[in-house]
Amino acid sequence: MGETLLEIHDLTVYHGQLCAVDGVSFKVDAGEVLTMVGANGAGKSTLLRTVAGLHRQTRGTVTFKGAEVTKLAPQRRVRLGISLVPEGRRLFSSLTLEENLQVGAHHANKGPFNIDRIYELFEWMPGRRRQRAWQFSGGEQQAIAIGRALVANPQVLLLDELSLGLAPIVIERIYALLPEIVAQGVGILLVEQDVTLGVGVANRVHCLLEGKTALTGTPEELSAEQIEQAYFGGDMSVASAHDEQP
Amino acid sequence: MIWLNVIIQGVLVGGFYALFACGLSLMFGVMRVINLAHGDMAVVAAYVAVFLTPHAHIPEVWAFVVVAPLFGLVGYVVQRTLIQKSIDRDPFTTLLVTFGLSVIIENLLLEVYSSNGQIVNIGELIVKSWHPEAIIYISYVSLAVLAAAVAVLALLQLFLSRSGTGRLIRAVADDHEAAQLSGTNYRHIFGIAAAIAFATVALAGIAFGMMTEFAPTSGGINLLFAFETVVIGGIGSLWGTLVGGIALGIAQQFGAHVNPEYQVLFGNILFLVVLAVRPQGLFGKKTALS
Repeated sequence: MGETLLEIHDLTVYHGQLCAVDGVSFKVDAGEVLTMVGANGAGKSTLLRTVAGLHRQTRGTVTFKGAEVTKLAPQRRVRLGISLVPEGRRLFSSLTLEENLQVGAHHANKGPFNIDRIYELFEWMPGRRRQRAWQFSGGEQQAIAIGRALVANPQVLLLDELSLGLAPIVIERIYALLPEIVAQGVGILLVEQDVTLGVGVANRVHCLLEGKTALTGTPEELSAEQIEQAYFGGDMSVASAHDEQP
Repeated sequence: MIWLNVIIQGVLVGGFYALFACGLSLMFGVMRVINLAHGDMAVVAAYVAVFLTPHAHIPEVWAFVVVAPLFGLVGYVVQRTLIQKSIDRDPFTTLLVTFGLSVIIENLLLEVYSSNGQIVNIGELIVKSWHPEAIIYISYVSLAVLAAAVAVLALLQLFLSRSGTGRLIRAVADDHEAAQLSGTNYRHIFGIAAAIAFATVALAGIAFGMMTEFAPTSGGINLLFAFETVVIGGIGSLWGTLVGGIALGIAQQFGAHVNPEYQVLFGNILFLVVLAVRPQGLFGKKTALS
């Protein structure tokens, strides 16, 4: 594992009266995948959006390579090297595929990724680069969204609900990319509802339950039962757990 | 031949409407702000051309060369301060704030320059025209304004579709949060869009002052025509704005031909028909309404 890139300390975020994230701390190192698992409403997306700078924390700090970035605007964090691929892709729908990547590259850091490199990673892209973003399928849009984040050459990549709404074969292809990205020394913070998928690619796992850290460890250390318990909290009937988990 | 004249005069005034409306359309398209002070900004530009630029020994006919960039600067500052603050609260606040701005501007102009009519003095040029047929007179000034409108729209279109900053403007218009996540300071981009809008409305205001007499309260009716132009042409389409302006101009000239009192009425009827039959406008996309 490389140097520590991202350090979150005691992060607490409120949505109005509701405490969405409650005193969470963790680190992301270069070249590792930290997967954040938890049920709907556990605070995963809020946590990720706060790290990206879209939400203000009530308490706690976000530190990137030793410097505190807690008060920086999202675009400043991108230029330092923290990029978020948001839930629901959020492409610029009236722009073409290539223009989406160009916007991502406008304030890019130096690094291994550029638009040509993205076109190598996704061979179907060059032939369709002049199509508008709304014309692509969900999986293709997810790939474009990842490409748009990568061309900025982030050192930490935040991925929110990567598999949501995608077909299994597409999910497989998207996940096959992660080792390639990690190999460039990028640290990945992955939020995933699909526990099997998320834990499968993780170097470390962090379980959130109602905004609090319920469990942490490496996939080898943690048993399926432990994760299941941390995911749902307390005793849940076996039947409902099977319904939720693919 | 009479009808040909109606159409020609409609096209000429339509160019002016398009020039007037493109800034309104841009501000709504990019930051979802309806600038109710848009018409008053045009009037202020005309006053600046008449009263202030002569101090700098700039003839009124060339005033636009300094007034348009100056208004661009004003637009950026107003956007980054006043309008951004109201966007941050909620969309309704922007209506209140720009309406308030409109009231303040009108009353300040009345206070300083009185309600007397003014004109941007361009000397002999105002009466010169091209006279190709017995009853057809094509005023050089109107022709120049139409040419300016087409040039501004073409340049704007080119800027938005080809330049990096233009691309960022379109990206921010689509999803400003996603633009932030791509490293873009959307507030700065909003400022640039407002700068363009204010610069174009300054051109329109000076053009207006060249063609007709204006007074502190002239902004209101022009704002109405600008709205009609944008809605007829379709929100978010620059060439639609030109076509919308021309359609409005022809409808008004047609009304004036039927009865001089019907000039504005016929324009309003066209506007209402378009709203009823094709609410997204002639060139607009349905999604722009949602």
